[in-house]
Amino acid sequence: MAQQFDSATLGMWVFLLTEIMFFGGMFGAYTVYRGLYPEAFASTSQFMNPLFGAMNTAVLIVSSLTMALAVRAARLGEQKALQLFLIFTMIFGLAFLVIKGFEYHEHWVDMKVPLFGGHWDYSEAPQFARQAQIMFCFYFFMTGFHALHMVVGLGLMTTIFLMARRGTFSPSYFTPVEISGLYWHFVDIVWIFLFPLLYLIGRTKKLI
Amino acid sequence: MHSIPSVRTYVTIWAILTIMTFVTYYVAQIELGAWNIVVALLIAFFKMMLVILFFMNVKAESPLTKLFAGAGFFWMILLLGQFFIDYVSRGWMPEGKMW
Repeated sequence: MAQQFDSATLGMWVFLLTEIMFFGGMFGAYTVYRGLYPEAFASTSQFMNPLFGAMNTAVLIVSSLTMALAVRAARLGEQKALQLFLIFTMIFGLAFLVIKGFEYHEHWVDMKVPLFGGHWDYSEAPQFARQAQIMFCFYFFMTGFHALHMVVGLGLMTTIFLMARRGTFSPSYFTPVEISGLYWHFVDIVWIFLFPLLYLIGRTKKLI
Repeated sequence: MHSIPSVRTYVTIWAILTIMTFVTYYVAQIELGAWNIVVALLIAFFKMMLVILFFMNVKAESPLTKLFAGAGFFWMILLLGQFFIDYVSRGWMPEGKMW
């Protein structure tokens, strides 16, 4: 059993490596364009709401805590605690997506969505209008793919919760809880980097 | 199997992560020039290490898992490193005089 657990964990890490490469490409492209157009990238951050971003970081970190506690409960065979922590994790995950939804709505109202034919107006700083579109595309792609990972994570949590209710897990078998937890924490880590890179640039000056 | 960390450990890690989120938020409002991004990334890296070592419990995993987790960073650095070497050095070579 111990060997099965170790190979399952290792397999999950191999999958996470492919995920690191997936997000790594986007972070690399982001860095190249930010290096090319530093002022334009800083100017767009005036339209991000860092309070939403900070709130979402806090929400995700709490969800990571409840996830870690869920794995711990599964190891100790505490069935009720396991289910409770899984529910908390899902609630915080959902809260993240709701806040993200409010943010996207704000961008839509501000005319800052250059995707799907464009809902775009950058007359606040027309000199950056074109480059700012690049930044907003990065923003929507990176946060969008991250949100997609959150949705997948919520699906995983629902499955794990249903398995936990059927009494599938015991101190000698909790591998699915553990590896779903690894995925959840990974998605949290991606956000830890997205938050400063997207919300906290050019905060020291008034650019518009 | 592996030793089980205490609730106290997890809550402490959570508290540090939350405090670091506030720190990164406030440091971003202070003008540090080029150092703003360095500080932001250092804090993010520190937070990531806490999540990996404690929440993902890599600290207690088998050496092979540790190796794989570490390999991820190695490949990532290789990918981004070569990527930036390419972009930064474009136009350094005299045109038409290569090879």
